[in-house]
Amino acid sequence: MDVTGLSLSAAAALLRAGEVSSVQLTEAALQRTTATDGKLHAFLHVDAAGAMLQARAADASFAAWRKNPAGGQPAAVAGLPLAIKDVLCVAGLPATAGSRMLQGFIPPYDATAISRLRAAGAVFTGKTNTDEFAMGSSTENSGYGPTHNPIDLARVPGGSSGGSAAAVAARMAYGALGSDTGGSVRQPAALCGIVGLKPTYGRVSRYGLIAYGSSLDQVGPLARTVADVALLLGAIAGHDPLDSTSLNEPVPDYAAALQTTSLSGLRVGVPAEYFAAGMQPEVEQAVRAAIEQLRALGALVRPVTLPHTAQALPTYYMIAPAEASANLARFDGVRYGPRSAGSGLWEQVRATRGAGFGPEAKRRIMLGTYALSAGYYDAFYLRAQQARTLIKRDFEAAFKDVDVLACATTPTTAFKLGEKVDDPLTMYLSDVFTLAVNLAGLPAISLPCGLDAGGLPIGLQLIGPVLSEVRLLQVAQAYEQAAGWQAPQLAV
Amino acid sequence: MAISQTEVRYIAELARLQLSEAELAEYALQLSAVLEYAASLNALDLAGVPPTTSVLALHTVLRADEARPAMERDALLANAAETAAGCFRVPPVLE
Repeated sequence: MDVTGLSLSAAAALLRAGEVSSVQLTEAALQRTTATDGKLHAFLHVDAAGAMLQARAADASFAAWRKNPAGGQPAAVAGLPLAIKDVLCVAGLPATAGSRMLQGFIPPYDATAISRLRAAGAVFTGKTNTDEFAMGSSTENSGYGPTHNPIDLARVPGGSSGGSAAAVAARMAYGALGSDTGGSVRQPAALCGIVGLKPTYGRVSRYGLIAYGSSLDQVGPLARTVADVALLLGAIAGHDPLDSTSLNEPVPDYAAALQTTSLSGLRVGVPAEYFAAGMQPEVEQAVRAAIEQLRALGALVRPVTLPHTAQALPTYYMIAPAEASANLARFDGVRYGPRSAGSGLWEQVRATRGAGFGPEAKRRIMLGTYALSAGYYDAFYLRAQQARTLIKRDFEAAFKDVDVLACATTPTTAFKLGEKVDDPLTMYLSDVFTLAVNLAGLPAISLPCGLDAGGLPIGLQLIGPVLSEVRLLQVAQAYEQAAGWQAPQLAV
Repeated sequence: MAISQTEVRYIAELARLQLSEAELAEYALQLSAVLEYAASLNALDLAGVPPTTSVLALHTVLRADEARPAMERDALLANAAETAAGCFRVPPVLE
């Protein structure tokens, strides 16, 4: 049996039943990585030895439980091999955030999402490629070279969590963690034909996540099925005293909630603004067909309006770079990272930052510094924060009438490597359907809803009100089961 | 909303970024394009609209003021380019 084809949930069930071991699952994932990652470059660092140690420990915990069931069974994610986006700190493994600025940096501590998975017995096979500091939509902004889409090697996997999405789609990992500031979990999930969830702002602790836009960042899971994503969310969600923005709200049993997936009476809103001109026709057709499928499953479908949708992109590209320019001020070569030569402290810092940051990080630092600088603050940053209020109110008004919103995750399927890299504004437009969700702090999920004529995956995005993850997962799973899409043909 | 290379140079200095002449020229063009796009927000009537700084309705979060174990000094210094006497070593801030 090729265990790499198992979903995370199926692997978990077989592990619990004693039909596979974590060592088997982990060896298979690592072998698959060795065989295919030369073509994909999904990983920046593979930790085979560490993963095997974790796998043996997980197998020992299952053996102990079988011997003495009263001792309690291992957690749901125990023994499952996962890939971790390189913006999350895993103690003892390199964390570069895809930037030369952090080359050689080895964090001495775990992010909270990681320490929770570690305590639950999960296995970390490696750190995945990302656009530098999670700034990008294609993984081409990585300081270590791009990741390729496993379905078509000439195309991007999306970004910024492109390495995580490619690793999961190419069966190098059963699940992965990413981060989503403006679509960075959902967009690569859509472009690689897998499932990605961006939780409510504050649902998952950001402690140990290398910060990009602190009022927007969320850690989120990527996997091949909705049930898999539910399993991972349950393992990482919850209040954390180390992150003052983490929500002190109970964490539902997401996996158990998926046993009821009736859509009878569910109100689905279709925002007209998310079917804009410039969309690839096949994407629109697939998403509209998916919405019809939801109707056939008992949902009540009605049009809604989000009038400030067009303002989401300019708003985001003021707020996110402003926050980034502040967050990236800490990278100066003083406490960690490479240090360039320069006479005197400030020249050393300027040289270190000039050499360490790549073009997109520099662009956003410059943009953010400008937007926050004296004389421009009110005209740019404050206006953007006011526009953010209007965007948030649009969603609040819509959710008075509907339970979830359904639309496309991205306007097109995966584009070619190099196609947009010289034109930042065009690249930014690939996130046009995902940004507003972060500005409003809402949860959203992307899941496969078909292929275009070239065999490239299309993503359906479901957006819900604050802390509606259970509902989103239920709707997503009902669609997933009814539609029955198979994983797309891989090029590796 | 065109910004000049002089302005780009000033912003780079505020951001402590050493940029080449080619980068200065490139960023002047690219930042102008993004700022022009952002200027579309000027069409909105924002009178009386409060800014959203956080989507959370959180108040200041406090914890008990109790001593807690900290990370080991050696672990914290392990990533430093240069250390001396258990501290990070940098050139003098004041000459």
